[in-house]
Amino acid sequence: MEIGDFRLLAPEISLLGCVLLVILLDLFIKQKRILATVSIAGLIVSAGFTLVMWGTPPVVILSRTLAVDAFALFFKFLFLVVAALIILASQDYVNKFERFQGEYYALVLISAVGMMLLAAATDLIAIYVALELSGISLYVLVGFLKDQKSSEAGLKFLLLGAVASAVLLYGMTLVFGFTGRTCLMCIADFLQGMPATGILDNLALLLGLILLVAGFGFKIACFPFQMWVPDVYEGAPTPITAYLSVASKVAGFAVILRVFFVALGAPDWMSLNWGMLFAILSAITMTVGNIVAIVQSNIKRMLGYSSIAQAGYLLVGLATVGMATGSDTSGQSGLIFFLMSYAVTNLGAFIAVIAISNKIDSDAIDDYAGMGRQASLLAVALTFCLISLIGLPPTAGLIAKIYIFSGAVRHGLLWLVIVAVVNSCISAFYYLRVVKVMWLGVPPSKEKVPSSWALRTALAVCCLLVLLLGVVPGSFVSIAETATRFFGS
Amino acid sequence: MFDIIFWVLAAVAVGAALAVVLLRDIFRAALSLVLLFLTVAGIYVTLYADFLAVVQVLIYVGAISILIIVAIMLTREVWHGNPPGRLRIPALIVCLLLAVTLIFTVMSTQWLVSGESPKTPTTMAIGEGLFGRGGFLLPVEITAVLLLAAVLGAIVLIREK
Repeated sequence: MEIGDFRLLAPEISLLGCVLLVILLDLFIKQKRILATVSIAGLIVSAGFTLVMWGTPPVVILSRTLAVDAFALFFKFLFLVVAALIILASQDYVNKFERFQGEYYALVLISAVGMMLLAAATDLIAIYVALELSGISLYVLVGFLKDQKSSEAGLKFLLLGAVASAVLLYGMTLVFGFTGRTCLMCIADFLQGMPATGILDNLALLLGLILLVAGFGFKIACFPFQMWVPDVYEGAPTPITAYLSVASKVAGFAVILRVFFVALGAPDWMSLNWGMLFAILSAITMTVGNIVAIVQSNIKRMLGYSSIAQAGYLLVGLATVGMATGSDTSGQSGLIFFLMSYAVTNLGAFIAVIAISNKIDSDAIDDYAGMGRQASLLAVALTFCLISLIGLPPTAGLIAKIYIFSGAVRHGLLWLVIVAVVNSCISAFYYLRVVKVMWLGVPPSKEKVPSSWALRTALAVCCLLVLLLGVVPGSFVSIAETATRFFGS
Repeated sequence: MFDIIFWVLAAVAVGAALAVVLLRDIFRAALSLVLLFLTVAGIYVTLYADFLAVVQVLIYVGAISILIIVAIMLTREVWHGNPPGRLRIPALIVCLLLAVTLIFTVMSTQWLVSGESPKTPTTMAIGEGLFGRGGFLLPVEITAVLLLAAVLGAIVLIREK
């Protein structure tokens, strides 16, 4: 009976229980810090369930709408870790919306549930609903400060997100109309059985594919769907900016991998085409992100454009997946390793920004002058994360780039790797400018920058992971290789 | 017979949709939107989708239209109307290109056609599809959580800081 399948949903269900507990406790408790503790506890319990299920044979449950496989479990764990770090890092920030702390934690957790389901969903309808679940919570969280900039950012995000959802839905209806099914494995079976005529003879499928890329492209902010990034990142509360740039993007890549690898990747006559599509998008995305990032004077906008550039590097991995044939999974494992390293690095950078900007009450890069003396530890951590974003040793960024680029070279994407390396050099310019301002600038005051132990813990965890991924990548690579095991591959 | 009804409804739907975008007066645009919702419900009827048609009338023609109209009534300076955008011409070109592509794709594709005759009434089949074995139970459950998120969001947005 299907009810038994629900036990495999334990991570999501336990986290939802925690959401309800947070909402209820919020009514009675004056000391709002307890809510953060409850949220973290819920995330730990959920992560525990995920870890227990790691290593079990992959299955699909609930009439082919949800997969429980290494791929899904890995991403669930990653989202849980990211959400926990975000909640820890929010401790210095939540006093800006005193009255809504319960709702804040609940929405962060609900969004995490949505992303966990998104990584596991194997049915177009389930994918869409999960996407909306994470989306709606994020729309509200972006506008959470309720000042002019934040509201504008929330509205922009909502409107563009709605358009992207509509485009995605249209793509899904075309795929459904063409194949007559919504579950990804069934679509793959249908396409396998079709005569290999080339995708140009099946226009509806091609158009559906393009619209799907457009819809998901909004989520990962690749060119030409990156317009929302700078304004939304600037206006949103900084912890939510970090959440958007990390979890939301990772979820987008997870769902693209599953949709394109499981449903549309199987027959050779199709896979080559979408590999090239992603390669071209990748080259444009990283170039646009890096070049516009140079002229930014606001650190949140700068990190926004930098995250667009990073999405470009990640797309190199997707292109490799599309070009690879047979059982070669170096593209997937490279992409997953890069996602891990990107998540911890970017999160670390944003957490440092939260602490510093909170004190100086400004996001302008010029105001970071002299932070090296005013807040040495924060500045060291930020410098370390920025170095990792460039891809210099001894950090995660270097290993991730080597891993993902070597896979691309092996599959005939040398030109793309050259573009990416040139882009990395360009990116060094704007990352190092922040470092220069922090260490060589003259501080306006000698006052120390305060930060809570929660934020420092989160920052320390991020930096430690960046270092570990960079120095002893072996065990993480094997995790990434295990996580490429989809159901149906 | 159904062909004629479909084409009439389709023409009205396209006209109403154009009116929503082109009319300067927001209130009239909103009323055109109601008309659009109604014609879509009519198209559902011609497709034997009785349950969907009723839901369309109840939710879109009923609830959502009223919500939009109340929102317009509560908006100050609504008489300024739809400000003319600078990107009118590019938007028109993009929309036309999109329309041509979509129409060409839809016309040139061999769609799968089911030989089965339509089920009447559809309510029971939809219920089984949603809650029965092999149905879409998980998306239904996720939608419930989605509503919870929407309620939380509404509370945050409405209450004073």
